[in-house]
Amino acid sequence: MSNEEFSNAMKELLKQAIAPVRDAELRRDLWPQMLARLERQPQPVSSVPWFDWALAAILSTVLIFFPSSIPALLYHL
Amino acid sequence: MELLERFAAGDLEAFEVLFRQHQREVYAWIVRIVRDTGIAEDLTVETFWRIYKYRARFKPDGNFRAWARRIATNAALDHLRHARRETALPENLPCEASPDSAVRGETRDLIRKAFYELPPKYRLVAALALVEEESYSDIAHAVGISESLVKVRVFRAVRMLRNKLNSLVVEVCAK
Repeated sequence: MSNEEFSNAMKELLKQAIAPVRDAELRRDLWPQMLARLERQPQPVSSVPWFDWALAAILSTVLIFFPSSIPALLYHL
Repeated sequence: MELLERFAAGDLEAFEVLFRQHQREVYAWIVRIVRDTGIAEDLTVETFWRIYKYRARFKPDGNFRAWARRIATNAALDHLRHARRETALPENLPCEASPDSAVRGETRDLIRKAFYELPPKYRLVAALALVEEESYSDIAHAVGISESLVKVRVFRAVRMLRNKLNSLVVEVCAK
């Protein structure tokens, strides 16, 4: 049996075991749940990209372990 | 100001309009993946929560429908990853048995078990491509991968199912 034939056979088996969703109609309006979710989890005031935090962490680490680099940093600012 | 521009600017009323316009379509897409109506409702809300949260990243001249579907797919995939092994056979949708089906009872349960044991990213494409017969193109856009990769994942999903069900398939195909 070729791969394609086997794929088709498997597809048929799967469709017999797991019927396609025929009724995917939403039964109710989900807006009230959405509003509740929005009230429960207020959006963050500001979002800082992760790489900004990573840069800040790296810079802090360098300054803590190599304080002699502070003048060089200030010179380049 | 256009609806999408108002939404991207954080207008809650614009978001409500978009929610009501797209909730049914988002739900219908998710339920095809997770195959549970209650979970699909929760994930629809989760999807729109993410949409609202990341609204600043949406370009008002972009395709909101495609963007929403991508986020819905990611939410469904996250669910499959977290819910894995927690519940066996979560499908709560009516399963219509084929009248002349050779696949009955225990055999059907074995196939369903093998399907639900697939790794989430393979289960997702298997559900959409093999069971729901969505086009590779639609799946590729929704998942954010190429059509070629969708085909590869479908192929691998079939191979995994074959390995799990090898003896069973041989028996059925021999009939």
